[in-house]
Amino acid sequence: MTMDVKKTPGREVEHYVDPTPFNPAVTEEMTAEQERYYQASQWKIMWWKFKRHKIAVWSGVVLILFYLCVPFAEVIAPYGANSRDSMHLYAPPQPIHLFHDGSLVGPFVYGMTSEIDMETLQWVFKDDPNDVQPLRFFCSGAKYKFWGLWDASFHLVCPAEGGTMFLLGTDRLGRDQLSGLIYGARLSLTVGLIGVAISIVLGLFFGGIAGYFGGWIDSLIQRAIEILRSLPELPLWMALSAALPVTWSPVWIYFGLTIILGLLDWPGLARAVRSKLLSLREEEYAKAAVLMGAKPKRVITRHLLPGFTSHIIASATLSIPSMILGETALSYLNLGLRRPAVSWGVLLNEAQNISVVTVYPWLMAPVLPIIIVVLAFNFLGDGLRDAADPYK
Amino acid sequence: MLYYIVRRILMMVPTLLVISLLIFFIIELPSGDYISNQIAALKSSGESSSVAKLEFLRQEFSLDRPFMERYLIWVGLWPGPHGFDGLIQGNWGWSFEFDKPVEQVIGPTLPLTVVLNFATILFVYVVSFPIGIFSATRQYSWGDYGFTFLGYFGLATPNFLLALVLLYFFNRWFGLSVGGLMDPQYIDQPWSFDKAMSVLGHLIVPTIVIGTSGTAAMIRRLRANLLDELHKQYVTTGRAKGLKENQLLVKYPLRMAINPFIADIGNLIPSLVSGSVIVSVVMSLPTVGPVLVAALQSQDQFLSGFILLFVAVLTLIGMLISDLLLAVLDPRIRLGGRAST
Repeated sequence: MTMDVKKTPGREVEHYVDPTPFNPAVTEEMTAEQERYYQASQWKIMWWKFKRHKIAVWSGVVLILFYLCVPFAEVIAPYGANSRDSMHLYAPPQPIHLFHDGSLVGPFVYGMTSEIDMETLQWVFKDDPNDVQPLRFFCSGAKYKFWGLWDASFHLVCPAEGGTMFLLGTDRLGRDQLSGLIYGARLSLTVGLIGVAISIVLGLFFGGIAGYFGGWIDSLIQRAIEILRSLPELPLWMALSAALPVTWSPVWIYFGLTIILGLLDWPGLARAVRSKLLSLREEEYAKAAVLMGAKPKRVITRHLLPGFTSHIIASATLSIPSMILGETALSYLNLGLRRPAVSWGVLLNEAQNISVVTVYPWLMAPVLPIIIVVLAFNFLGDGLRDAADPYK
Repeated sequence: MLYYIVRRILMMVPTLLVISLLIFFIIELPSGDYISNQIAALKSSGESSSVAKLEFLRQEFSLDRPFMERYLIWVGLWPGPHGFDGLIQGNWGWSFEFDKPVEQVIGPTLPLTVVLNFATILFVYVVSFPIGIFSATRQYSWGDYGFTFLGYFGLATPNFLLALVLLYFFNRWFGLSVGGLMDPQYIDQPWSFDKAMSVLGHLIVPTIVIGTSGTAAMIRRLRANLLDELHKQYVTTGRAKGLKENQLLVKYPLRMAINPFIADIGNLIPSLVSGSVIVSVVMSLPTVGPVLVAALQSQDQFLSGFILLFVAVLTLIGMLISDLLLAVLDPRIRLGGRAST
């Protein structure tokens, strides 16, 4: 039976047909931006996410600049780390000037005249306004052995011929503070890296076997971690480094210290590895790999390890500052490195007596780079930690 | 509750044993001991008259026995030359450097160490609690930003450097020595109200210095915990029912957020105690810190060993207290009889 279709009153609506062919996947199609995101590797996404954390990026840049001092300390520092100037004991910092008598000279320092104050028996240094000593750049100055291998005398910046350039003053024996800081960066900054490397190895090992085997091994390691974490770190560091034989050379003491710093730091990392391993083991992709017949070795290295490498890097970055501080504290207390080795803690050792510091405040100069580096590592670590989970 | 407390205290015994073994191992690490080093020094200088006396001392302190035996004698679980006479029996050992019992060397410094550490913990609680709540309830306000910024600096500034810088500036601006425990005129004076006030005044700066980084960390944690809770459904429900904002905050989300807060302070205690040791050295406070440094440098093994153990016990007690507090606050732990660690 058919029915008459009654025409609706009013204007007839034109029937529109889209000429483009029908695509059933249209709702799942992505913009170019999304496409790029979903096709990027995990590390690329992390990098994008990290870049958004402006402070962390800048901290990274600052740290790279600091770490340039490690290979090139000899070139950057105007003086040797232990070279003494017996004419300038406790000399104050010489500020850099640009103008002399109203005319531009370029960067220069005024020479210093010195005399002994007979009442306090201290050297008193005064700027000599007539003695203009322009700084030299890319010059040949104090001789050194580059990396202990080649004789060289090239410096980025040197004092004028026969002049001085103590931008941060000198210490008790007339050693330049700035050069000390630059050479000190070499030990202070690497102590954390080597220490963290040791702590990562230990942490991965103990955390890995605890997380993988479980059972009584797990609970044994858990107990050990708990006990180690309940101990105050610094006194133990002090006791351990006091046990390093005094007869050791500075190089051996340095390695001994890094091992000590790493030995007490691994529990935190091991705990992170273990909990991450336990949670990743339950992930669906890990289960899928096991069901498809992957061997444990393949599951761990191909599926689990990439999942928490980023976390390990982030938490390792966050534990570097505590190691740098540990070295500084130990050397400051005379329990760590000693001259002729130079680190920031060794330099601070000169500032132990507060009455000396009150008279010669520039002895506290190492405090500044330490705080900057520690702060930068903290920001960088924060940024890395946020980026470590890019899919969140 | 009683069951939980007893269980928790009993759990400390094996921990203490392991820690004491570890500490004894560490202090025995340097080659030789104090007396055999002295014997070597005397022999090399050609003197031999007092060597016999030192040999006698070596036997007296049973330094000639094997490691495990020495350890057990030190703890008091093994008969030494004078029968059972170790830490358990109340004999804290002998300080070779001072030629006095350890008890007399560090006895006077112990109360101050305890006071300083507990003052710091109290400081961390009292300061971080209100600031954390403020920052969470007024998220992204100027106050919140200010405290977050301060927190970052507090977290990153190493406490002993902070102490050094503060010492310098106080000295420079106010001509004030903030180091030491009391103003010089009170030293060797009998206790009086003024002296007590002076001691209290001198405790303020070290407490702040040691507590800063901990406080900063706690503020961040409490803020994060509380923010998590504030975004949950039951808060909205409470608000819809017409609860006043303050009442709502104190009644539900705060009680939820406070548990991790107290558990975290337990984790913080080791670093606080660490900090107190080195800050005491920098500010020359008469706590165990400076004695420990001197003892380690002169290899005065029983003295340094006892101090290390004391410091470790102090942290354990701190953690015990925070665990008990947690149990009081959290019925799940109290009734389940299990500590959430």
